[in-house]
Amino acid sequence: MFKGVVSKLASVLQNFGHRLIEQFWRLGSASRLFGYTLASSGESLRRPFLVIREIYFTGVLSLIIILVSAFFVGMVLALQGYNTLQKYGSSEAIGVLVALSLVRELGPVVTALLFAGRAGTAITAEIGLMKATEQLSAMEMMAVSPIARVVAPRFWGGVISMPLLASLFSMVGILGGYLVAVPLIGVDGGAFWSQMQASVDFREDVMNGFIKSCVFGVACTMIALFEGYDAPPTAEGVSRATTRTVVNSSLAVLGLDFVMTSFMIS
Amino acid sequence: MDRTKIDLWVGIFAAIGVAALLGLAMKVGNLTTSNIGETYTVTAGFQNIGGLKPRSPVKSAGVVVGRIDAIQFDSATYEAKVTLKLDKRYLFPKDTFANIYTAGLLGEQYIGLEPGGDEEYLQDNDKIMQTQDAVVLEKMISQFLYSKATETKE
Repeated sequence: MFKGVVSKLASVLQNFGHRLIEQFWRLGSASRLFGYTLASSGESLRRPFLVIREIYFTGVLSLIIILVSAFFVGMVLALQGYNTLQKYGSSEAIGVLVALSLVRELGPVVTALLFAGRAGTAITAEIGLMKATEQLSAMEMMAVSPIARVVAPRFWGGVISMPLLASLFSMVGILGGYLVAVPLIGVDGGAFWSQMQASVDFREDVMNGFIKSCVFGVACTMIALFEGYDAPPTAEGVSRATTRTVVNSSLAVLGLDFVMTSFMIS
Repeated sequence: MDRTKIDLWVGIFAAIGVAALLGLAMKVGNLTTSNIGETYTVTAGFQNIGGLKPRSPVKSAGVVVGRIDAIQFDSATYEAKVTLKLDKRYLFPKDTFANIYTAGLLGEQYIGLEPGGDEEYLQDNDKIMQTQDAVVLEKMISQFLYSKATETKE
């Protein structure tokens, strides 16, 4: 009886340890892939069309979902904010509320979450399938480095697209908020913009949001690339890797956001 | 999709992305309002600055004429030394009054300049001699309570 409990406990611990070591192993290979990607970036940046094509796929094709959700997020923020602010008789501060929440938090974070769903999954599935159909091995056979030819351009495409998308998100969201607050609800337009300009600081708010979006761009793209590159070369493996991309990117974005915010707020 | 079309779309994307960032800087942030062209520096001493902060506006007749550049503690006079950057276009007499006001009941604090009648104007690195401190709500309440208390005794 007692022996049974001990052996059961040992097997649970063994299982846990095995998983932990596996996670560390994956973290190690991810950072190794990151290092290789950076090392072979020069090679792929010398052929800029490869990167431009990836900016097209990750950036331009994500525009619609990003812009539409930004517009609606801005409008909802204005509606909800007005509801509460008018109780305190300061409905003109709605511009500040919309702008600060978009520029500081919602712009970078929601863009990164959408980016992980829209572009990250595509990257993972594409690279996973390339691996499953042995295209990557074929490249290696032809002495073409798959990291320089496939991974690095996608990395830079994502890293360049992400801050641009986040800036667009914030701007379009503020326009959506303006549309609801000023013509629809009837808040004074001058007060809307002037209060916003008085309280949004370029360095403290706009630049910090920009830095956040750059970091999220690196994190989301790298996770997507690694999951694709690491996926077992089967249909099931690729589908699991795609799911993991979304889950891990979202968790990484939220975690990194908290860490960066705690540094920026002080 | 051929190469020129992709180039075009990426170009458009990058252009509107950068335009959005510039729009955030200019229209939403205070990059335009903080750079008010050429400025001259004036200092003022206050006993108490309340919640005044660097980059707070300096207004005269309600118009923003400058910004607060720095706030230091002067250990010689035990006063707060506030450095103001005023727009070169606006000149003020030497006996201008500098008051610390609050925008609204709970708004941000700013410095209001009330021009005097002097013939000469404030120059670069001059000091504004007449100042009025920020109103500290607690002090006002305690004064009010004190005066009420003395009233009832009489």
